[in-house]
Amino acid sequence: MNYNEVLCRRVAAVPPSGIRKFFDIVSEMKDAVSLGVGEPDFTTPWRYSDAAIYSLKKGATHYTSNWGLLELRRLIARYEAERFQVEYDPAKEILVTVGASEGIDLALRALVEPGDEVLVPDPTYVSYAPGIAFAGGVCVTIPTTPENGFIITEESLRAAVTPRTKALILPYPNNPTGGIMDRGQLEAIARVLRGTNIMVIADEIYSELTYGGERHVSIASLPGMRERTICLNGFSKSFAMTGWRLGYACGPREVLAVMCRIHQYTMLCAPTPAQHAAVEALKWALESDFEDVRRMFREYDRRRRFMVESLNRIGLPCHEPRGAFYVFPSVKATGMTSQEFCERLLREKKVAVVPGDAFGELGEGHVRMSYATSMENLVLAMQRTGEFMQSL
Amino acid sequence: MITELEMEVLEILSEDARTSAERIAVMTGKTEKEIETVVRSLEEQNILLKYPAMVNWDKVDREMVEALIEVRVTPQRDEGFDAIAEKIYRYEEVSSVYLMSGGYDLLVTVRGRSMKQTALFVAEKLSTIENVLSTATHFKLKTYKEAGVIYDERRSDQRLAVTP
Repeated sequence: MNYNEVLCRRVAAVPPSGIRKFFDIVSEMKDAVSLGVGEPDFTTPWRYSDAAIYSLKKGATHYTSNWGLLELRRLIARYEAERFQVEYDPAKEILVTVGASEGIDLALRALVEPGDEVLVPDPTYVSYAPGIAFAGGVCVTIPTTPENGFIITEESLRAAVTPRTKALILPYPNNPTGGIMDRGQLEAIARVLRGTNIMVIADEIYSELTYGGERHVSIASLPGMRERTICLNGFSKSFAMTGWRLGYACGPREVLAVMCRIHQYTMLCAPTPAQHAAVEALKWALESDFEDVRRMFREYDRRRRFMVESLNRIGLPCHEPRGAFYVFPSVKATGMTSQEFCERLLREKKVAVVPGDAFGELGEGHVRMSYATSMENLVLAMQRTGEFMQSL
Repeated sequence: MITELEMEVLEILSEDARTSAERIAVMTGKTEKEIETVVRSLEEQNILLKYPAMVNWDKVDREMVEALIEVRVTPQRDEGFDAIAEKIYRYEEVSSVYLMSGGYDLLVTVRGRSMKQTALFVAEKLSTIENVLSTATHFKLKTYKEAGVIYDERRSDQRLAVTP
């Protein structure tokens, strides 16, 4: 067989994730302290797990509606309305997905025609560009910098828009930069988009993690934006439920109908036990004024301050991340590339961090450190990184 | 009323009492001086009492038993339960005393070197206190979880070392 001719060229041309490559090196290392993990270190609160176990005992082991359990969609509607002031109809405008990741894929496939351009900030999360390629689209990056807090500005957006622009992926709070966009900054880009046919795919998976007293603002809550926005969210980060693979998409019914059609034929429905766990998670959150979420949030905030202070002290300049659970310091002062820095830090001091170039060209010169790990680990990692910097 | 910063300091210290003022300052975005002042004030208000370590005594090879004793008493005029509670908690053997709702009045924890010694303490000292009506002693055999910590759980990170 000549697999080069067998495999779809467009798909096979997508390179494997830079994170994956680094993962293989880290796996060989014994007792490395890892700041490379993009998921909460908190275990799923037992209350949610127990709800899933109970649902299994009761025999709730069948398919659900393609859209997901209606009870869950109603709770999502309440959650979106209470937390982000956006109203969605649980019957037609909310789709439960297999993680927000499926939502990204569905949104792109529902929108993109071959050759259509999709705008993505650089640096950003690794899955968007491949998702665009799989859908036959063209990924066009919008440069963001530490100086402006890694946000998309009105000017940078205008410079990137062409007649072929189909959508803008708006992933804030951002992985890996920790950047967030406030109401004013969102309003500035909304001005560019109103009156066009460009859709926004707002990946709001870190929406519960914004620091400094500012709540996340959903672009869909701005005047005239709801009709042109697909909001993606999920239970992985806010509710410490990564392995459950559960997310959701909300948006205009015309768009959601098409997304649901893809989902219907390819996925059928999200895992039923996970949906039952999510029902409990949301019910409890709405009842307890987000007690679990706030507990985790406070802990992340302390670690975040510790990391920013430590990194700046040991000579790795770090802008203050205002969202998610990552810091994205610059390693340019060491004269090393991101890859060199990460490999040496790992081999010499056994600290695993992720090279910034995995997140796009402009991530070069930075590394991503996740503070979703215990304070003890962070202290140890910062001590070792400090020694490493001294040794240069 | 306790301030937000005081609450934050209490939360950090109750998680790890060894956290230095310097580190708490970094974690909360305050100065070291401010944290020291807060800690001192919390100590003066008798809110921060002591900074003990949590020990799994089951793993330490030493003679020690702990008993939970339900005590029913007749509350006294003017003093309620407090006077009787004091007569009980003054004993060094007694490690904790709680006023309870429900079927009995006071829950007393007693530590001793043996079951016999502890039982004798209850019989000779506790039961004979004026206004104590009855006692029921339960010996603790094994601790599964205390103050939020599961004793026999290995804390291993089950996550992959690097994920997107």
